[in-house]
Amino acid sequence: MQFMLLFSRQGKLRLQKWYVPLSDKERKKISRDLVQTILARKPKMCSFLEWRDLKIVYKRYASLYFCCAVEDQDNELITLEIIHRYVELLDKYFGSVCELDIIFNFEKAYFILDEFLLGGEAQETSKKNVLKAIEQADLLQEEAEGRV
Amino acid sequence: MPAVSKGDGMRGLAVFISDIRNCKSKEAEIKRINKELANIRSKFKGDKALDGYSKKKYVCKLLFIFLLGHDIDFGHMEAVNLLSSNKYTEKQIGYLFISVLVNSNSELIRLINNAIKNDLSSRNPTFMCLALHCIANVGSREMAEAFASEIPRILVAGDTMDSVKQSAALCLLRLYKTSPDLVLMGEWTSRVVHLLNDQHMGVVTAAISLITCLSQKNPDEFKTCVSLAVSRLSRIVSSASTDLQDYTYYFVPAPWLSCKLLRLLQCYPPPEDGAVKGRLVECLETILNKAQEPPKSKKVQHSNAKNAILFEAIALIIHYDSEPNLLVRACNQLGQFLQHRETNLRYLALESMCTLASSEFSHEAVKTHIETVINALKTERDVSVRQRAADLLYAMCDRSNAKQIVAEMLSYLETVLKVAILAEKYAVDYSWYVDTILNLIRIAGDYVSEEVWYRVIQIVINRDDVQGYAAKTVFEALQAPACHENMVKVGGYILGEFGNLIAGDPRSSPLVQFNLLHSKFHLCSVPTRALLLSAYIKFINLFPETKATIQEVLRCDSQIRNSDVELQQRAVEYLKLSSIASTDVLATVLEEMPPFPERESSILAKLKKKKGPGAVSVTEMEDGKREGGELNGGGDRGPDSTPSPSADLLGIRSAAPVSAAPTSAGSLLVDVFSEAGPAASSAAVNDEGFLRFVCKNNGVLFENQLLQIGIKSEYRQNLGRMYLFYGNKTSVQFASFTTTVSCPGELCSQLNVQSKPVEPLVEGGAQIQQVLNIECLTDFSEAPLLNIKFRYGGALQNLTLKLPVTINKFFQPTEMASQDFFQRWKQLSQPQQEAQKIFKANNSMDTEVLKAKLLGLGMALLDNVDPNPENYVCAGVIQTKGQQVGCLLRLEPNAQAQMYRLTLRCSKDSVSRRLCELLAEQF
Repeated sequence: MQFMLLFSRQGKLRLQKWYVPLSDKERKKISRDLVQTILARKPKMCSFLEWRDLKIVYKRYASLYFCCAVEDQDNELITLEIIHRYVELLDKYFGSVCELDIIFNFEKAYFILDEFLLGGEAQETSKKNVLKAIEQADLLQEEAEGRV
Repeated sequence: MPAVSKGDGMRGLAVFISDIRNCKSKEAEIKRINKELANIRSKFKGDKALDGYSKKKYVCKLLFIFLLGHDIDFGHMEAVNLLSSNKYTEKQIGYLFISVLVNSNSELIRLINNAIKNDLSSRNPTFMCLALHCIANVGSREMAEAFASEIPRILVAGDTMDSVKQSAALCLLRLYKTSPDLVLMGEWTSRVVHLLNDQHMGVVTAAISLITCLSQKNPDEFKTCVSLAVSRLSRIVSSASTDLQDYTYYFVPAPWLSCKLLRLLQCYPPPEDGAVKGRLVECLETILNKAQEPPKSKKVQHSNAKNAILFEAIALIIHYDSEPNLLVRACNQLGQFLQHRETNLRYLALESMCTLASSEFSHEAVKTHIETVINALKTERDVSVRQRAADLLYAMCDRSNAKQIVAEMLSYLETVLKVAILAEKYAVDYSWYVDTILNLIRIAGDYVSEEVWYRVIQIVINRDDVQGYAAKTVFEALQAPACHENMVKVGGYILGEFGNLIAGDPRSSPLVQFNLLHSKFHLCSVPTRALLLSAYIKFINLFPETKATIQEVLRCDSQIRNSDVELQQRAVEYLKLSSIASTDVLATVLEEMPPFPERESSILAKLKKKKGPGAVSVTEMEDGKREGGELNGGGDRGPDSTPSPSADLLGIRSAAPVSAAPTSAGSLLVDVFSEAGPAASSAAVNDEGFLRFVCKNNGVLFENQLLQIGIKSEYRQNLGRMYLFYGNKTSVQFASFTTTVSCPGELCSQLNVQSKPVEPLVEGGAQIQQVLNIECLTDFSEAPLLNIKFRYGGALQNLTLKLPVTINKFFQPTEMASQDFFQRWKQLSQPQQEAQKIFKANNSMDTEVLKAKLLGLGMALLDNVDPNPENYVCAGVIQTKGQQVGCLLRLEPNAQAQMYRLTLRCSKDSVSRRLCELLAEQF
């Protein structure tokens, strides 16, 4: 996977994860172009599209669009389920996740993503294991704060 | 999950985020952010040492601001400090900041690497994982240099925790992708391959991505993975859906791992060992069989996961291309998907079948689906799916079905055009026609060619009974939040011409119309924006009450300083026109478009265009309008009298008024400008040729229909001489030919350029020469401007070019040995002395081409200096009158990623920056 973007129906970026080296300028241009392209698509359309030399896989969950760019030989359907698993992870962690959770706790959204995907590849697909890692981190936080 | 403290540890952050969310406008947001930045900066600079918590909070705020799209130029040091905190969350935020805002500042990288090194050796698995995540997220070469040899050890060590192994595997993969030369598996190869046997499914899932990537590059060294992958796959495929516990996803056992295993096998030919091969074929058959079983769940996740494996298995079958039985089964399976109710599956089936069509075993089987595919081409509502169908028809086409397929493809291509033609041909009621075409644009905007929307405009302009209706209809169509750009074009044109017909209704008052159009402006491409600007000036003429608002828009920097020359020119000129010209003049210039000549052929239009190459004067333009009006000849101009509707659709391009005549619109206003002073001439500096001369001294700088300008130049020390050749390409004399070279702004104190005046007459076909003497006084970043004015057939031509005099022209190459080079490199280690850019290759990455460019730059290209033979290093001294500036350059190509990293270190910071800018556009 080359990058993952989360954005709202209004086109606001909520999370961006880049797995290839690109300048800030290129990143901004890519996000702008893609957000526009995807927002213009109708609900029943295919979740995949060719975009430059990449394949875009996207899915909308309530007010948020989740969008991944994968390479030519990558599997579209399994990428769609990567998105779904990530949504499940967020949902389980926040308890019925909504866009606001991701806005206010953006750092957590990044941490969860890092446990699930690393370098653009699935690191751990078990929901239990990912959440266990995050939970442990939260416990460390509480301990640390308890000590202060 | 317990209600853990999700971020509420940082109240200040939450307050700040809600403040930002409550901002009503972009300006308010920027104001709030600047306030916060000032606050954080003072906190960081203050005398009081900040505690870890505050540092974490502020770093997190900076991160949030950056993610909103603003630039952050401080806080890196504080983030690095957090890395060495022993509190997990502080460390974690520090790492997140570094991962998101990686910076090539060499000193920081060293500190970051130090912190990572400490965490890697801490034996605390959570800390180790954080450090590995950071390396995987940043993946820079410096990190590869520091850690590429350490991570394989962590990956295979017996006492490493599973979670750390997973991170280590993918971390290594990322480093391998960016710096393959630094990641050497060597002795670890076999132990890495055996991770495929690991008991922990998560470890296998992570490791297999690494193994696949390594296998693609070194298939022989990793070939033992084939039998291991087959046996792992076989175990998963034959397992019951609950065996793998949490690795079962919606009743599908380990879908991600299965896909990755099948993908790994595609790096190799079919297994030679009969037993392994038999087992694999069995797996593939089982996967195909499972596709026929009733689903275990109605959830789309179940079928997606199951089908993901199926498509990957089919990809492997196609890759082997040796099992006719499996190929035909795959084809039949895809055939079923062609009519599936899920659009996604139809799309993938079409795509996958496209590769099957090229196999001799399955070509015939694919052909049996021709009717379904043709049907898809005709009925799919999603353009991307139709595109797949068209691709597949192309792939399955052979002698037996060529006629059928070609006919279908043709009709597909023509459908849109045909709708337009039919609508016009049988239009009895023009409001129906307008509705139909606007609908067409709405539904199939991408397939509506320019000709179609030109035609709507022609017809609306020619039928005054439909103009009001058209204005009302486009106004309504534009209300949709997302409308196709072609709709914006039609809307801009029609409202600009006929917006007055609906302006009486307060719901579509002039300002409402304008605001509606302008709300689309930022989403549009340059040609559409240009058209909209023209609509705006028409608004000023039609509705004086909109003048102030529109002038405001034209005056803002994004218009008047737009980097696109055409847009900038229009904004400047329209603004000037609206403030200088009297209402009468304005009304004349912007008079309603005359009806189009109905029978004018494309050939006639072309002929007319040839009459005046380039620019047309004000009077000619007006003549053109009248001429058009007369040709039309009034009377029967209904489109139903058109003999060949299709010819008309294609012939109108040259007649499309404003959008096709940008150059004439430009010169139309030349006279307004000559009074307006020198500012106008700089409005549109042509710098297209400029960058082509950074690495060369001779060539053609500029060429249009009238004039060609060639350049020859030579440089020595801080002096240069440039010969300019002006060639008149027409057969008509240029009169009052003058050229002026100027050094704008501070350049006049940095560069001395002297020129002799040229002859004021340039005969048709003749060439004249001009010599410039150039002296570099001190280093500079801007370029001198060459302004050329002359009269051609009565019209004044005015042109400003950037002269390609760049700082590197004053280079003296310096040869030096490796040791000296690195010694000097180290001496130039202050951060501001270095400029670096990472950019995508725009041209061939061929060694010889690169060498030629670097030599053209003027520096010495040093061999055997960089330890990596792929890299290029150069050295040179820039000679100015005042001083000498030593420069070192390092260019690191990454052929795999098609990227470069360019680093410059010079004894003067401004030179590093300028050279870096110039060079980043060259490769």
